[in-house]
Amino acid sequence: MTLYGFLFYLISAVVIGATAIAITRRNLVHAVVYLIVSYFGTAMLFYLFGAPLLAALEIIIYAGAIMVLFLFVVMMIRVESPEEVMFPLSQWLPAAIFGLIYLGAALVTIVETPGTEVSLRMLTATPRQFALYVFEHHWFSIEVISILLLLALIGALNLGIRKGARQGSSAHDADARTAGGPAGSISTPREAASAAVEEEI
Amino acid sequence: MIVPFGHVLMVAGIIFALGVFCAVVRRNLIMIVLGIEIMLNAVSIAFVAAALRWNNLEGQTFVLFILAVAATEVSVGLAIIVYAFRRTGSFDPSNFNLLR
Repeated sequence: MTLYGFLFYLISAVVIGATAIAITRRNLVHAVVYLIVSYFGTAMLFYLFGAPLLAALEIIIYAGAIMVLFLFVVMMIRVESPEEVMFPLSQWLPAAIFGLIYLGAALVTIVETPGTEVSLRMLTATPRQFALYVFEHHWFSIEVISILLLLALIGALNLGIRKGARQGSSAHDADARTAGGPAGSISTPREAASAAVEEEI
Repeated sequence: MIVPFGHVLMVAGIIFALGVFCAVVRRNLIMIVLGIEIMLNAVSIAFVAAALRWNNLEGQTFVLFILAVAATEVSVGLAIIVYAFRRTGSFDPSNFNLLR
């Protein structure tokens, strides 16, 4: 086993462990921080697989923008630590058994399929090569993606602004969040929009 | 790198299964969106490894698009979650039963 192979197994173990811890936390902030650890590991995996530009984008967009957006939403809304009740055992036990069977079948399929035992070679697509490839073959998709990001920005703004206007006019909202309501509802789409704008940059 | 392609697929599959578990079992809207993010992340790992396996940049290009769609989905999804929270005051998806 070479050093790179050892690094792959080490980083994979960290990524799987951090993700497994993240999805079982009751505290949302802890979950998000563990997921940031997982995304850093994923970025290192991308670098090992010869995609340095995607590794940088993974850290900037996933670990930077998206997770900070989650943190903002978690911190902006006071979660009164709800007693998140699990489903009863008799309800999710069959689902868990079926899911484990599918997972095992998928793993066996991966092992048995010819071609999956091929060892990967060490190659790197430099950002220049990658950018030339993308803008040579997929320039139209890039334009469509930019329109999609613009639509997301408009949609997020619309979701926030309409609620703020309604709250000001009728004010029939059940929960007593008088002071934090309008300011929070205005800042929400702005955060969402900033993530989209960062993505576009 | 002396790692079989199948091992990378296994890692991606395990992470994907963790994401499915998170999205199905947790009863909290934010955790459900986090589970979807984990699933997209696992798919990205598989795509990048496949790009290296067949020495074809198409896989890396697709990961670029996945990043953009994930950012879009999270921004709109979190805006909807905050909107729903303002209406119902809860993150539990079983409370959103206005149509029933």
